[in-house]
Amino acid sequence: MRIGDAAISYRRDEALLRTPAQGFWALALLAGLAVFPFVASPYFLFLACLVGITVIGTTGLNILTGFTGQISIGHSAFIGIGAYAATWLASSYGMPLEVTLPFGVLLATIVGVIVGLPSLRIKGLYLAIATMAAAVTFEFIVIHWTEVTGGNVGLALKPATLFTIDLNSNFRMYWIIMGLAVILVFMALNLFRTRVGRAFIAIRDRDISAEVLGINLHKYKLISFAVSSAYAGCAGVLYAYFFKVVTPEQFPLAVSIFYLAAVIVGGMGSVLGGILGAIFMTMVPEMLSLVTNLVTPIYPDAPSVLAPLREIVFGALIIGFLLFEPDGLAEIWRRIRRFFFLWPFKT
Amino acid sequence: MDWVIFFESSIAGLATGAVYALVALGFVVIYKSTRVINFALGEIMMFCAYLFLTFYEIVGLPWWVALIAALVAGALFGSITERLIIRPMLGESQVSVVMITIGLGSVLIGSAELFWSGNPQIIPTYLPDEPIFIGEMYLAPKIAYSAIIAVAVLSAGLAYFRFSRAGVAFRATASEQKAAFSMGINVPRVFNIAWIAGGMAMSLAGILVATSGGLSPQMGAVALSILVVVILGGLDSILGALIGGLIVGWVEIMTAAYLGGEYRLMATFVLLALILVVRPYGLFGTKTVERL
Repeated sequence: MRIGDAAISYRRDEALLRTPAQGFWALALLAGLAVFPFVASPYFLFLACLVGITVIGTTGLNILTGFTGQISIGHSAFIGIGAYAATWLASSYGMPLEVTLPFGVLLATIVGVIVGLPSLRIKGLYLAIATMAAAVTFEFIVIHWTEVTGGNVGLALKPATLFTIDLNSNFRMYWIIMGLAVILVFMALNLFRTRVGRAFIAIRDRDISAEVLGINLHKYKLISFAVSSAYAGCAGVLYAYFFKVVTPEQFPLAVSIFYLAAVIVGGMGSVLGGILGAIFMTMVPEMLSLVTNLVTPIYPDAPSVLAPLREIVFGALIIGFLLFEPDGLAEIWRRIRRFFFLWPFKT
Repeated sequence: MDWVIFFESSIAGLATGAVYALVALGFVVIYKSTRVINFALGEIMMFCAYLFLTFYEIVGLPWWVALIAALVAGALFGSITERLIIRPMLGESQVSVVMITIGLGSVLIGSAELFWSGNPQIIPTYLPDEPIFIGEMYLAPKIAYSAIIAVAVLSAGLAYFRFSRAGVAFRATASEQKAAFSMGINVPRVFNIAWIAGGMAMSLAGILVATSGGLSPQMGAVALSILVVVILGGLDSILGALIGGLIVGWVEIMTAAYLGGEYRLMATFVLLALILVVRPYGLFGTKTVERL
């Protein structure tokens, strides 16, 4: 909460950008994103694309878990369905991105709503297990339905084409991924200024009270699942086109946990938190491999230690943030901002 | 229909179910007193089984010493977990507590891969391995002896919670925490004991599962079946854990025998879907009434 910043109208109170300074920084961020691919090295371009995809996925999960309070361990399935749907349509019928993207998103949404159906009766642990069952079922189907999914081998994918433009390099994919990421984040921010978004928050804070206030729990929980899995489906489609191959190993349960970890580390119930979490969690494995490369000359076994170390660090991050900073990186960010806003009058 | 195969599979199923019941007991004991949903139970099982393997094969202890050492390790692990990461989460939302156990599971999987490599390993047989025949029916000795050990420990555990002083304190805490606290029961200590008991149950069950099924860092996936067991039985019912364990074990082995091993987990999930639709609070669970 800022001092001396009393809004005098509701319109201003719920505006996304409340001060000219915020508007300036938002523009600066967009300009930075636009300039980035021209100056970045291929490696950083690759990372930026990965972060963009993860941002879309975490924002989706944040809507469901952070804002609506419905835990989902099934997001690996929603992402996987988006990826497989797009790949199947593109490799079997040669469809371009403008067809496969909506198809993947639509299919993920439908499956998301179906998986969300149990949430009408159950919550907490039960919902976690039901969504977990969905993730495991998805893996099972993908491995066994070989005609469509290619089984364990998976499917290969040609570079995407969008309105006859070939997106055959990371430089071109960057524009699609970042464009979608920016639009989807903007949509998420706006969602929580509407009745639907407010209803989500009410359900999270106290579902019974929300129902008493006239919020149709069933309807809004399902909407939340639909929106969340649509985001996940979009991330999945982009993921498939980015790596140009889909296999069952890309979407294990661990992916769900990765996204949950990103949401927790970033900050549950904060769109900014989802973004920060996505960046942080994408960078952590990279940092780890950097460190491994550094120690390899001294300790030649280092690369084999990398994969287990990743799991340990992910788990430790989840535990550490939940214990010591439950509101995540977003809260740290707000604290820093507050510090500079009051500086030098309060330390 | 061949009745010999049917009964043979049934007995194997019930024997597997006895081990499931043991883990489920570990889960329920923790849930009943602390209301913590432990998603790391499969990983704790896996980790303790690895400890047993280390004590038995690498250190070279006799098997029963290694077993006791692994149980002590499990108990210690439960106690430390409770103190370090569960107690600070008291009063936090359920989602956070579930997530912290998932984080713990991730750490354990990574550690197991780090210390013992990701390759599957086999625990050398320490139980007698003469085939057992009941009439014409054959029963794999590992499964049979696992079931016997599980049942023995289950009965001992149940008797302990029924008749000992700690058991009374435990049941009092489970039924009415505030009243128990004001009657002088050391509730935090009960929480700790619940985690110790749970840790021991998971440790033993992990060793038994690994003995018959082999050991790898991914062994924790068996937790999916266990979670279905506790939902079927009712989260806070010890009786439910026992009966649920037997039912799920039986269904899994029957599916594996008649449809093929890969449908095992699917059958469990079909069962889960059925329970969630018909009786979400389980066979013997308490139906929760929510108040504002």
